[in-house]
Amino acid sequence: MADPRISVITGRLKSIRRILAVSSGKGGVGKSLVATTLALSLANRGCKVGLLDLDFTSPSTHIILGIKDVQPTEEKGLIPPEVEGLEYMSLVYYVGDNPTPLRGVDTSNALIELLAVTLWGNLDYLVIDMPPGIGDAILDLIRLIPQGEFLIVTTSSQLAFETVKKQICLLQELKVPIVGIVENMKMTKAKDVQRQTEELGVKFLAEIPFDSTVEAAIGDSQRLLGTKLAKNVGEVAQAV
Amino acid sequence: MHEWALAEAVITTAQNIAKKEGLKQVTEVFVKIGELQQVERPIFRFAIQQMKPANFQKAKFHISTAKTNLKCRVCGNTWQFKKAKLDKETAEAIHFVPEVVHAYIKCPKCGSPDFEIIQGRGVWLETIRGEK
Repeated sequence: MADPRISVITGRLKSIRRILAVSSGKGGVGKSLVATTLALSLANRGCKVGLLDLDFTSPSTHIILGIKDVQPTEEKGLIPPEVEGLEYMSLVYYVGDNPTPLRGVDTSNALIELLAVTLWGNLDYLVIDMPPGIGDAILDLIRLIPQGEFLIVTTSSQLAFETVKKQICLLQELKVPIVGIVENMKMTKAKDVQRQTEELGVKFLAEIPFDSTVEAAIGDSQRLLGTKLAKNVGEVAQAV
Repeated sequence: MHEWALAEAVITTAQNIAKKEGLKQVTEVFVKIGELQQVERPIFRFAIQQMKPANFQKAKFHISTAKTNLKCRVCGNTWQFKKAKLDKETAEAIHFVPEVVHAYIKCPKCGSPDFEIIQGRGVWLETIRGEK
């Protein structure tokens, strides 16, 4: 018995120049906001960009983008609709607002299914919003998309950064490329995260100060692009 | 029409196996389709016919259906998936990504969404036969 879906995944992604997985060892550090804003910033610079939400049990990029009444087109596969200039794919199209409790094997199967049937266009970047932690999704991504590069988000908190260190250790052991680290929601001038990041041999991409205006911009991508957060993420877009 | 994507996956995998096993001509391909995914067989079969490569021209495709058995992890109840009980939109969502069944179906005995798809999830290539 063979799962035929695996064999077509490489082909489905061949028209994509770079795949950036926005990830963190810890939840609540702002991955989805950074991933979505990064995708919008890259698109704003004239790049062709896709955004894939792999946080199946707690998706939120659709809320940040404010998507309504769009669905993939079915044509020998699923063609992601264009949302705010991005080719956008999420399990949300198929679950709506329903809670979707998935165990590891189901997460893997859903991920394989989406990768096998989604027909992306020619993209400069596919930004992936990853679920937190170093569980099934990250392992599947490494297995199925070996060309993927990781952009890691942390906060200044030692609680977040300690999990990020474990993630870096895993990725380095597996020789998976790490684009760099973003320190999000920064509220002090401390340079501890930057110092420790550089000690680990990883590029420190940017610090993003806590921006209280972001909450009001959720659901309105143009307003989001006008925030200080977007300005800082723009530096990340420049760096990658 | 996403049956085309699944058919392409079957052909690609079968071709990979044929190459690995040194089969010059593939004569039979056995495919199992789980009820949960509700694959439209005529479209799937047509897509396979359209996409099959030269060394598959004589191949007969045996496509069988597997009942979908679900088992509750909480109370141990087992039951079968019935498409007829779903509205069109839900059936279509499960068709595209079978795992979203967890958003729509619960154990009929205890109401838990924590169940296992024992068999009958999606499309599987069982085996291929051919001439070396």
